[in-house]
Amino acid sequence: MVGVSERAQAAAESEAEPATETDAESATTDASETAADETTDARTPVTTGAQSVVRSLENAGVEHCFGVQGGAIMPVYDAVFDSELNHYMMAHEQAAAHAADAYGIVAGRPGVCLATSGPGATNLVTGIADANMDSDPMVALTGQVPTEFVGNDAFQETDTTGVTAPITKDNTFAASSDRVGDDVGEAFALAATGRPGPTLVDLPKDVTQGDTDREPGPATPPDTYHVQERAPADAVQDAARTIEDSNEPVLLFGGGVIKGDATEAAREFAKEYEIPVVTTMPALGSFPEDHELSLEMGGMHGTGYANMALTHTDCLIAVGCRFDDRLTGGIETFAPDAEVVHIDIDPAEISKNVEADHPLVGDAGTVLTQLDAAMDEQPSATKWRATCKQWQSEYPMDYAAPRDEPLKPQFVVEAYDAATSDDAIVTTGVGQHQMWAAQYWTYTEPRTWVSSHGLGTMGYGLPAAIGARIAADAEGKEDAAVIAFEGDGSFLMTMQELAVAVRENLDVTVAVLNNEYIGMVRQWQDAFFDGRHSASDYGWCPDFAKLAEAFGAKGIAVEEYDEVADAVQESVEYDGPAVVDFRVDPAENVYPMVPSGGDNGQFALAEDQL
Amino acid sequence: MSDESTDDAQRAAGESTDDAQRAAGESTDSTQRTGDESHDETVAPRARADHRREGLEGPTPGERPVPRGKRNSQGIRIDPEVEAEREPRRAVISVLVAHEPGVLSEVSSLFSRRQFNIESLTVGATNDPERARITVVVEEPDPGIDQVEKQLRKLVPVISVRELDPDAVRRELAIIKVDAADPSEVAAVADMYDARTVDASRETVTVEVTGSRQKIEGAIDTLGQFGVREITRTGTAAQARGTDSTAGTPPAETTGQTEAAAAATDGGEPADAAGASDDGEPKDATVDDATTEQA
Repeated sequence: MVGVSERAQAAAESEAEPATETDAESATTDASETAADETTDARTPVTTGAQSVVRSLENAGVEHCFGVQGGAIMPVYDAVFDSELNHYMMAHEQAAAHAADAYGIVAGRPGVCLATSGPGATNLVTGIADANMDSDPMVALTGQVPTEFVGNDAFQETDTTGVTAPITKDNTFAASSDRVGDDVGEAFALAATGRPGPTLVDLPKDVTQGDTDREPGPATPPDTYHVQERAPADAVQDAARTIEDSNEPVLLFGGGVIKGDATEAAREFAKEYEIPVVTTMPALGSFPEDHELSLEMGGMHGTGYANMALTHTDCLIAVGCRFDDRLTGGIETFAPDAEVVHIDIDPAEISKNVEADHPLVGDAGTVLTQLDAAMDEQPSATKWRATCKQWQSEYPMDYAAPRDEPLKPQFVVEAYDAATSDDAIVTTGVGQHQMWAAQYWTYTEPRTWVSSHGLGTMGYGLPAAIGARIAADAEGKEDAAVIAFEGDGSFLMTMQELAVAVRENLDVTVAVLNNEYIGMVRQWQDAFFDGRHSASDYGWCPDFAKLAEAFGAKGIAVEEYDEVADAVQESVEYDGPAVVDFRVDPAENVYPMVPSGGDNGQFALAEDQL
Repeated sequence: MSDESTDDAQRAAGESTDDAQRAAGESTDSTQRTGDESHDETVAPRARADHRREGLEGPTPGERPVPRGKRNSQGIRIDPEVEAEREPRRAVISVLVAHEPGVLSEVSSLFSRRQFNIESLTVGATNDPERARITVVVEEPDPGIDQVEKQLRKLVPVISVRELDPDAVRRELAIIKVDAADPSEVAAVADMYDARTVDASRETVTVEVTGSRQKIEGAIDTLGQFGVREITRTGTAAQARGTDSTAGTPPAETTGQTEAAAAATDGGEPADAAGASDDGEPKDATVDDATTEQA
């Protein structure tokens, strides 16, 4: 991962040499350069724990953060008031966590969220768990009641480190005003180093209010934390021989390819050795889906050809993926003939779900470079590539869209894809709309797909779009559109964040694929529960277009095919938040589908095959 | 029918939709739509017209080729004709941790949330005041034991993790309170197990026994003839024999290396990173061995 420690070191060094800038920093915006100059030159000395917390964030190069105020976090916010940090006041803490998470995905460095103690912290929990499942870099700072009240069931007290221990990479209860800045620096470094993940620092009010003149040191991980960057040479050699000797190889790219900034190395490897590529859902964009080697996404709602290739491969080269059950289906029938080469920076992912014949622990880009150096020739896979091509023609993703039937949601996804550039960013909620957004948008660039994969958090799309928009702007991608695909159910969970998007005039488009159902549940009820629509049928939804107008956003409602193009154009061009309520076919289902625990090769193309 | 659908789908690729006409007269009132579909229980849940094409086209599951192989539930490729699962075994794992608040709960919650079968867990201070040692006895098949070790290594306060050899020194302690109807008999039996009498009253005798698990179970079984009132047992404390270190090699100074390695990756300079991971880093070094062995 991007060396946060390096960044922090640069910040520390620049105290002596204010002009010093690392490559990483020079890539950021003008605003950050100004901030860096000011913080390095005439920085007011730290006097409180809270100022030390904020100084630590500045040292780590943080420019933007998301949060909600409250009693126990007030000292920290008071220090933010004087800092160069841009703080986005969210409507709900869950959204602050999702926005920080999305910021981390798009910017490639930890997003930061703040909340108060008690309900503030517990509201963050969903977003932290989401970041943890998807290994997204994020730092959460929570207020806590003063140390002397801890354990007394004080007002707004929650055992935050206890609650979040299982869903963070690491968390810390700050014990002293002198140390608290270093605690935050450590949390920042841990979130970004090795396999990324969310970290949390719980900040008792007496610690943040307490006096200290100690400047926090550079952000470095604790000395008990180690990362292995390179795989052992002999293991790499063995893996290279296996790949060369295979006849039916498949590269499986996971989210680690993008998070490890290994996209270039991964693409080159695939192209040089002409190995077909399947991606997991978090890896959408790691390999261009319009390339002839791309088989697109595999797994439960992956393409038929990706799942055929996964099922029949004799050599599966998995990079930065954790073999989630939504990808593997039943483990007994997953790539059952394949020797598995597994590259991952987290040793615990090796042979956790699928036994790795060739475990290669290390950084994705580094190990792929090692593997490339160890390879002498391409595998003989001409016939296999032809077979994959044949599967592509046998299992096309062309859905039926007769104009005498209600609007198909897939059509809306394709229309937005056509109306935006390749660097447009897609965020989603969770459900059918998320799958259509994954299937029918052609992803070609990394960090353009922002979704809730592992945790499956409905309501993720809009707050994520806010974080993604801010990150894109910070990365100099002001012209990239940000499109949030949401379902009606998903949108209802976090739509209050429209208030933030309007207040900050963020250029995001929310495309609601509205079928008045919790659609994925309805689809499963039809397939597995005799069509009994228990608690999945809204029957009535608010008028989302009018609701958007009430927030001050642009609102458009669409029912007909011939209204789609104009609405798409108008919403994309609108400079500010726009919501388009697409009334789509409530009966449309997501296919292909591998039922939970099923055989990937036996994916269903229609309900009667389930 | 399918030709028409294909055409439609191709048109859907973002081209103009002016030519697309919905059939007049079909209701587009969404409330009515969903009402039709779900509130009338006598009708099929999705009242779709017969001509509507469901899903996607392509060979059905039965028409597809089937792979030869199979994996077992642990994700290991197996011969489908032969047996499958690996049997669980008992392993003693010694964990050196930073002596700080919350470590024990982090370790114990790891075992419960990942459903590792844990037989006992003990924790105590070491000769270094900043470190504590946790000894865990787990019962898992081999892939599970590997997972236990790897997941433990991921916890930030964990310094080293090692499975001890079968010949390691292992001791448990039990305090057993029995009826004192025949105190001399109790003393005689206790003596057979090198147990000491630590408390006595008119009605009870309490003995303390230390040793291997088997010995303690033997003692409990034999003392059972006098009527056991209460038993308190510790878990296993264990230590490697001779010069073999229980914690494995003590960790070298590696913080700088982590940074160097991170920086090297960032700048795409694998040569530097090679130096960084050549030595030290016991957490990962042991993992390497374990994973290579598995292969």
